[in-house]
Amino acid sequence: MSPAPRMIRAPEANRSNALHAGAWWLWALGLAVAASRTTDPLLLGLIVGVAGYVVAARRTDAPWARSYGAFVKLGLFVVFLRVVFSVVLGSSVPGTHELFTLPEVPLPEWAQGVRIGGRVTAEQIVFAVYDGAKLATLLICVGAANALANPARLLKSLPGALYEVGVAVVVAMTFAPNMVADVVRLRTARRLRGRPTGGVRAVLQIGLPVLEGALERSIAVAASMDARGYGRTASVPSAVRRTTDVLTLGGLLGVCAGSYGLLAAEGAGYGLPLVAGGLAAAVAGLRLGGRRAVRSRYRPDRWGARAWLVAGSGVAVAALMVWANAYAYEALHPGVVPLVAPELPLWPALSVLVGLVPAFVAPVPEESRVP
Amino acid sequence: MIRFENVSVTYGDPGGAPTLRDVDLTVPEGELVLLVGPSGVGKSTLLGAVSGLVPHFTGGTLKGRVTVAGRDTRTHKPRELADVVGTVGQDPRAHFVTDTVEDELAYGMESLGLAPAVMRRRVEETLDLLGLAELRDRPIATLSGGQQQRVAIGSVLTPHPKVLVLDEPTSALDPAAAEDVLAVLQRLVHDLGTTVLMAEHRLERVVQYADQVLLLPEGVMGPPTDIMAMSPVHPPVVALGRLAGWTPLPLTVRDARRGAGPLRERLTGLRPEPRPSNGGRAGNAASPAFEARGSGGGAAGFRFWRRPTREALLSDALVDVRALGVRRGRVEALRRVELTVRPGETVALMGRNGAGKSTLLGSLVGMVEPTSGSVLVSGRVPHRTDPRELIRQVALVPQEPRDLLYADTVAAECAAADTDAGAAPGTCRAVVSELLPGVADDTHPRDLSEGQRLALALAVVLTGRPPLLLLDEPTRGLDYAAKTRLVAHLRGLAAEGHGIVLATHDVELAAELAHRVVILASGEVVADGPTAEVVVSSPAFSPQVAKILAPQPWLTVEQVREAL
Repeated sequence: MSPAPRMIRAPEANRSNALHAGAWWLWALGLAVAASRTTDPLLLGLIVGVAGYVVAARRTDAPWARSYGAFVKLGLFVVFLRVVFSVVLGSSVPGTHELFTLPEVPLPEWAQGVRIGGRVTAEQIVFAVYDGAKLATLLICVGAANALANPARLLKSLPGALYEVGVAVVVAMTFAPNMVADVVRLRTARRLRGRPTGGVRAVLQIGLPVLEGALERSIAVAASMDARGYGRTASVPSAVRRTTDVLTLGGLLGVCAGSYGLLAAEGAGYGLPLVAGGLAAAVAGLRLGGRRAVRSRYRPDRWGARAWLVAGSGVAVAALMVWANAYAYEALHPGVVPLVAPELPLWPALSVLVGLVPAFVAPVPEESRVP
Repeated sequence: MIRFENVSVTYGDPGGAPTLRDVDLTVPEGELVLLVGPSGVGKSTLLGAVSGLVPHFTGGTLKGRVTVAGRDTRTHKPRELADVVGTVGQDPRAHFVTDTVEDELAYGMESLGLAPAVMRRRVEETLDLLGLAELRDRPIATLSGGQQQRVAIGSVLTPHPKVLVLDEPTSALDPAAAEDVLAVLQRLVHDLGTTVLMAEHRLERVVQYADQVLLLPEGVMGPPTDIMAMSPVHPPVVALGRLAGWTPLPLTVRDARRGAGPLRERLTGLRPEPRPSNGGRAGNAASPAFEARGSGGGAAGFRFWRRPTREALLSDALVDVRALGVRRGRVEALRRVELTVRPGETVALMGRNGAGKSTLLGSLVGMVEPTSGSVLVSGRVPHRTDPRELIRQVALVPQEPRDLLYADTVAAECAAADTDAGAAPGTCRAVVSELLPGVADDTHPRDLSEGQRLALALAVVLTGRPPLLLLDEPTRGLDYAAKTRLVAHLRGLAAEGHGIVLATHDVELAAELAHRVVILASGEVVADGPTAEVVVSSPAFSPQVAKILAPQPWLTVEQVREAL
């Protein structure tokens, strides 16, 4: 093989060439934005397929990578829940294809507008499935990012001012799995006392010991972190500190309001400038706040060409879908009244496939190699 | 390097009895100082005072002055001492902040703000020093106990602290892993001049590495030989040396062997007295073929085959495990394990961390369902038996005895145990009083010491008077006195006909208690035979007395004392 292709082929992943965690999150958010712009189940399925393929090709064996399955299950549950609500509570979608009729619960005058039971039409079910599938796809995209990027690595890329808060959040998050492990251990230990291991009583009786255990562990970790220098700070003048607070808070508020505008589709006009302004303020605030931190960083992930490609592919998918909304709105939002079979629009489908780029450019984790 | 001037520490109300009283000591640079003394004399408090966690984190009142490398811990918070003191507590899992080995090693240096190039170099050095290079990218949660302990030590080494404070660094480790950790510590002291202060109950593992020994509660510090001559807690090699009147007192097996010639001569022709145990002796008499096969020429007999005679031999067995296999996901935790325990017999399960000892015990109480093969306990299949019935057949004290205790007073715990077992009220309390004289009814189980908690959990499970008793790592955190009480009680139970199975890393305990030793390695039984044969044949599992007096078959100081 000639040298050029060998350089282009994805290398085996190790600490030095690890893809920046932010790149994975940008890619996943790009897919999520794309998913939020369509209700076509075939396109949504394609997005899920793209995310799933990349996860299968590039995830590691680490504990955090196993959460993808949980997110997929959660997505299916969301679709199911959406349909159940639609059947039980009725829907505003007018329909002519009646499937069956549930006995309707008579409700008093003041509860007008709320319906329990009654007519169930094919149109409303299809609408509920489309809607649920959209939400499920968003969740699966987040799950993919979670499986591909170690949350602790993302933390490394946080600005110095936020690092300490970030560590606290990540340590707090590890308590959920630890507590689940405690519950399992204590429940099996109940057997040793001759008590049944199942049932509500068992859970109630071990509740207190589990909480006590969690509290003790958190104190132990806090002591360990303190003894290892967590929270060492340099002194800065108070004016700088106050400016930092104002800039950071104001910036974050701007980003929140702006991203709402972007996602809500109606407010695209004011969304973009708000996000940009907010980001600028927040970055300035964090830069200033970083003066207080004395810590340094061990081998932070570098943002290289491959990270650009991965993040760029996600952004491209999002941009192409937003654009597709302009030229093929009908195809992206198949109607339910009257019922029509959804079709797969060619160009939007091709643009979703751009999201497969990471499966070819991201470094290959060692475990997934064929032995 | 470390100075204590008139230090007293009091928890709770200031008028109460102090945990540490008037400690005065100076630890010079580059010394390895070992802290010894019975449980509850304030060893952990003293260690905490060095890193500043006492009193900044634990509360309590500290009188006097503690200085480390010239910094007063009253005016410096633990985080401001982080560059001179590295601390590893008893449980390495509570120590980790990040989730992979490499990040964990770098965490302390990041907090101190070292330059990236320096950090990179030190991480690489530390990975080599501790033999962790293969594990650098592994998530910490997937490591074994010994590996985690090494990562914890490594994570405090990287900032190059002048002082290293370790609380029981080897008590959770198997003998081989413990030796690894201690070798690393010795290298640090020799090569880098690090000052090490450590507390450890298992003196037989550490005393030979110490430059100085600090005895609490007396607060005396001196060379190990002098302190060991007067210390109430001492390893078997010292006990044997005192018995034989050797001077200078040997601290290592090597020293003791050199001086042991005369003693060996005196012991020639004598045999260790067989321990009275009806079941064990009956078993020995009844099954010479079985014993011979178990020891298989040497001691490490592989026994994956069965003979027809075995059916007849085992009709009265408490435990009958055949071809047991347990899988967890794709990992085979146990493979074709065979085990029998007769009434009155004590069996020690040994093997390195993660060899499947706890899984085997779990399958005997129905906590683990077998994937293949069969488990019978007193003729019942444990995982299909109602727990209420099962506790009258078999009892397990888990590695963390606290898991068994739910109530908030000792009295309530005992009452609950009586109800659970359907025993007469007061049964459990009577066992507690025997094991733990002087524990008040209204004590909270959390306020008990490690040994007291173990005794309480033991009392709770013994209330149902089960013929089979299982113990998982019973001597973790126990001092020699508590261990002696435990040994006496377990021997009493064995003499009454209880079958006992204990999973342990403590070779001295196995030598004192067990009639038979079963060694597990990666889920398979690799040796099964009488203690004397199995234990003596493998250096890692052999007790100190056996090493000193080999090839004579003595295992414990007590046997030697009785013979003389």
